[in-house]
Order: sequence, then C-alpha cells, then structure tokens
Amino acid sequence: MCGIVGLFLKDKALEPRLGEMLTEMLITMTDRGPDSAGIAIYGSGEDGKAKLTVQSDAAEADFATLADDLGAAIGAPVTLRRNDTHAVLVLDADKVAAARDALTDLRPGLRVMSDGEVIEIYKETGLPKDVAERFHLAEMGGTHGIGHTRMATESAVTTEGAHPFSTGADQCLVHNGSLSNHNSLRRKLKREGVRIESENDTEVGAAYLTWKMREGATLGEALESSLEDLDGFFTFVVGTKDGFGVVRDPIACKPAVMAETDQYVAFGSEYRALVNLPGIEDARVWEPEPATVYFWSH
Amino acid sequence: MQTYNLAQNGLRGLNSALQAQSADTNQTEWEIVDPKGSHAIAVGLDAPIEVTVKGSTGYYCAGMNKQATIHVEGSVGPGVAENMMSGTVIVDGDASQYAGATGHGGLLVIKGNASSRCGISMKGIDIVVHGNIGHMSAFMAQAGNLVVCGDAGDALGDSLYEARLFVRGSVKSLGADCVEKEMRPEHIEILKDLLDRAGADAKPEEFKRYGSARKLYNFDVDNAADY
Repeated sequence: MCGIVGLFLKDKALEPRLGEMLTEMLITMTDRGPDSAGIAIYGSGEDGKAKLTVQSDAAEADFATLADDLGAAIGAPVTLRRNDTHAVLVLDADKVAAARDALTDLRPGLRVMSDGEVIEIYKETGLPKDVAERFHLAEMGGTHGIGHTRMATESAVTTEGAHPFSTGADQCLVHNGSLSNHNSLRRKLKREGVRIESENDTEVGAAYLTWKMREGATLGEALESSLEDLDGFFTFVVGTKDGFGVVRDPIACKPAVMAETDQYVAFGSEYRALVNLPGIEDARVWEPEPATVYFWSH
Repeated sequence: MQTYNLAQNGLRGLNSALQAQSADTNQTEWEIVDPKGSHAIAVGLDAPIEVTVKGSTGYYCAGMNKQATIHVEGSVGPGVAENMMSGTVIVDGDASQYAGATGHGGLLVIKGNASSRCGISMKGIDIVVHGNIGHMSAFMAQAGNLVVCGDAGDALGDSLYEARLFVRGSVKSLGADCVEKEMRPEHIEILKDLLDRAGADAKPEEFKRYGSARKLYNFDVDNAADY
C-alpha cells in the first residue's frame, strides 16, 4: 500500500497552517503506511542562499561542529538548524556542489535528504504520528508540501527507504505502488553515472526523473516518459519549487483523490485524508485520470 | 428514523446494528451522518431497510448487499456494492474503481461518473451510470446489464461473457472479443426499464449495445502455438 498526501495553497492566509493541515492528513493515512513517514515542505528561502537538509543516525556527534567544519571546507559561512535527526544547513547557493562533496569526506555517515532554495525533507521510520511529533511538523509553515506514509514492499524499513526522495534542487518524489523493472533500470542509471544508494524501487524512479532532466527534459516531459519506461504500478506525486504534479500509471489501480477550492489543491490516497480541510464540502473532488500528467504551480 | 453518527460511534457498531435487522423489522429507515470517507459502511445487510449516508464514503461501501436500499448522498471510494446479491444502491456523486464488481443481482445507480473497472466480473447485477466510465470496465463480465449514459474508456468488455453493455456516448476502444451488436426490441425493453428505475433522462434508442463475440469460449487450434 502506502499513503500519499499533498497540499498546495492558493490562499496565503493558510500558509502558517500548512504543517498542521498536512500532519493531520498524514496521520489519517497511517493505515496505509505504518512503517515510516516523511514530508517535503516548501517554506521560505533567502536570496542567493540554498538549504541542504541532512540526516544522521548519530546526530549529536555529527551535527556538533558541522557548520564550522563545512564552512571551513567550502570557504564560506554555513548556519545549521537542528531538528532531531535532521539538520538544515544554509549556505551560499553557488556552494551547494562543493558542500555535498565536502560532506562526503567530513561526515561519511550523513545522508543528504534534499537541496534547494526552499525545500526541506524530513523522514524517518516509525508511525506517522511519532515521526510528525519528533520533527514538530505541525508547527511548520509554507506554500505547499507533500507527505508519505510507507508500507514497505520492495526494500527494508529504513530511513533511506522512506519517502520523499529528492530528484534535484527543490524537487522531490513520493510513490504509492511498486516498480517491477527497478533492478534493470538501476543498473542502466548507474552506468549513466546517476547516484543510487538503496535497493528501493522508488529511489530508482526518482533517479530516473533526475537523469531525464539532466538530459534536458522538463519535469513534465520526464514524467511523460516515465509512463513508457517504468514498469509496474505507481501513483507519483512530485514536488517542485512552485507547486506539485501528479501522474498515475495507465492501469491506475493505486488510488488517488484530488480536491480543489479557491484556497487550495489537495491530494490524498483516500478521501478520508481530505475530510477535515476547510470548505471540503463544497470543493471540486475528482479522481485523476490514468496516464495523465497534472500540474499546479504558483 | 434511526440516526447514527459514524464519527462518534464507530463502524463496528453501525454494521452490527444494520446487519441485525430482520425481514419484519420496524426500524426500516436509517440515516448515517458524518461518514468522513470511512471504509466498509453498511456492508452485509440482509433486510428490506432504507439506509441514507449523508456524505462521501471510502472503500467497499454497501458491499455484499441483500434486499436493502442504500443511498449515498456523496461520492464513494473503490468497490462500492461489491458482490451485491439484491437490493438497490444509489450514489449521488462519483464512484471510484471497480464499482459493482462481481455483483450477482440488484441495481447499482451512479449519478456521476464511475472510474476504471466498473462492473468487472459482474454476474447478474444491473449497473446504470449517468455519466462516464473508465478503462477496463465490464472485464470478464458474465451476466447482467451495464448501462452508460455517457462515454466508456479503453478496453470495454474485454474477455466478455454474456453480460449486456449499453453505451449512449463514445467507446474509446473495445476489449478483446467485445463487439457491437444489433439492438433488438427486447433490448430496448430491458434498457427502458433500467433507465426508468435509475431515474436517468435518456432514450433507449440513443444507445448502442455491445456483447461477446464468443470467440474466446472455445480453444482454437490455430492459436496452439501461442501457448
């Protein structure tokens, strides 16, 4: 199974409540995915700055002097804001590549969850309620966000197997379903020099989109070609700096419900996830069509 | 009228109360409020009672229904009226995938659209959809009638047995062994009755009938090399 929730706000007045609304939606989807949970939240950024969200199983030791160590390595200031096992590093936007390289040497156990101007990704194993609490997700604001509750099928229950997966700067992917050609595709993508770290099928889906976009495709084109190249079942929700997109495989057996009002566009694996959103009674509610790419952006 | 608040009192209590009703019950009218998209609402009923659900439901609403009339004043998730035996299920909004799957009897009316696999493996149920249906509908449908006032998606009636399919609008594509067939007077009669009972404003003459070409019923030795 797995559960997906997504919320794209049109009404700025709701932005401080984004985390609160997404958290409630996420917890409702616990039945669909009690193993792990994660959220990609698109908040505010600073001009010329980038955020790297990193995770460590030994956060205390790894994060203690990380800002100073990384700052020295890249020759530019770095600030660190810790949130449980995760930390958000803020640095000059043109230093992201250098920082990612430096982190590999400085803290080999560290995992980079996301990079970009506004995105932050938090994910861990455990019940969605517990994951939401440890990161204080309900207190986060932002313009849009995507959440995922995981019921593992294709790889072990680990932090790196949890969703969302980063697919590039300010981009992420969550998945409900299972890909059946991920092993052959993983080998192909590795030959193309794309970094894939786990045995997880969705990471291959994310890496596929990253590779397509590196070859010049837009995200929309990459999603269109995923319908040809990915075998298996999927409902994908992708996050971008400006909004989010939805695509389902042609068989479309993985559920999806969307709702739109003047205030927001919402996605849920089930209608249950949407029932407490403001004005849902009068929202336009529909099921996204199979093999069709949908996008909403600011 | 019995009113049951699902969010407050829980699903198990609701279904056991509804399932406990006998053929001669005095509690013939039930109203379920605050369904909040819950799964398996009003399943396994076996009494001539009327149940109204005031809102949208999740998976498997009105499954395995016998005798009861269940009216959902909203949309339903996957598998509404799955394996229905008799009675009536009416959905004011849309239905998600596999509506009426494997149903043996009774009438399912969907006033909005139904998505993929509507009427998959139906075995005698009548389904009337006022709007459109999605792909792979009536896959392996064995008996009963599927009436679509709007359009049908890809692969309608793939591997069809003896169910009758009536579509007023376009059919994106027909599945294997499904063909258009002549509309005879007896089909007009069946269709007129179903449209009346489903409250659908459409004329039987506007529909086309589709059925099985019956070419998959028997092994064809020319296909031996395919196995």
